[in-house]
Amino acid sequence: MNYFVIVDVTLRKGIADPEGSTIERALPALGFTGVTNVHAGKCFRFDVEAESESAALEKATSLAERLLSNPVIEDASARIGER
Amino acid sequence: MARIGVVVFPGSNCEYDAAAAVTRLGDQAEFIWHTRTDLEGIDGIILPGGFAHGDYLRPGALARFSPVMGAVERFAADGGPVLGICNGFQVLVEAGMLPGALQKNRGLTFLCQPTTVVVTSTNSVLTRAATIGQELVVPINHFSGSYTCDDDTHDALVRNGQIVLRYKENPNGSRDDIAGVANEAGNVVGLMPHPERAMSVLLGSADGMVLFEGFLGVKAAPFVLAH
Repeated sequence: MNYFVIVDVTLRKGIADPEGSTIERALPALGFTGVTNVHAGKCFRFDVEAESESAALEKATSLAERLLSNPVIEDASARIGER
Repeated sequence: MARIGVVVFPGSNCEYDAAAAVTRLGDQAEFIWHTRTDLEGIDGIILPGGFAHGDYLRPGALARFSPVMGAVERFAADGGPVLGICNGFQVLVEAGMLPGALQKNRGLTFLCQPTTVVVTSTNSVLTRAATIGQELVVPINHFSGSYTCDDDTHDALVRNGQIVLRYKENPNGSRDDIAGVANEAGNVVGLMPHPERAMSVLLGSADGMVLFEGFLGVKAAPFVLAH
């Protein structure tokens, strides 16, 4: 069976996020006030063929840790998404 | 005469400069396409700058899975000298051959300028011909050159003398001004500045020469860790 998986890759806590802070600094100029703690990351979406939901997540987590993220600076989390 | 393999990934663009630096010092350079897995007869490996595999995902993330990298890892494990310049440095950290990671520059700008780096350890194949405290003018040319690592890794780098080059004035937000690091044995080195572009006074600087002299010393004298 095919499962639709979403993987979020975010910078680990304590790792500088120049992209997030640049976005945050730009917001007031556009009139968006009160927005803080902006973090930038990546999102990957794909189909995984697997026996079960948990097997699909396991496969996705493994590939997210091996390729989609750099464990030195990033965390990856996989979830089953809705199309 | 040493035979130096310059690895060419799809998207590499500094391989000719690297090869020119090698031949300038009288050694032989040979291009090695990234699908090659045999490094027979090669005395040293350079991973040049550029945008291997388009830098998609993260710089170096896809290049580390190129077939040649398995051979490069075995070559390094046997003590062979490996030098990663700019994108090559990014490939080495992604492959886990060097500690840490390279993030986008602080300020999110692509940097292309001469920098002054200071030699802070001579326990590496790259810096063994230089002296501690020596200042070298070498250009940088990168977007993701901000070196980062956790505290434990940083402590180990300092303790083992693995931080081989530091920026005199930090251009990109690198932790502890780090411009280049070596592995513990000193035979694998990565740096963001481009020493191969500092090989001629006529073109701005010849300070890269002392680094290549160190790296190319492979054949004449086998590398022995100084400490």
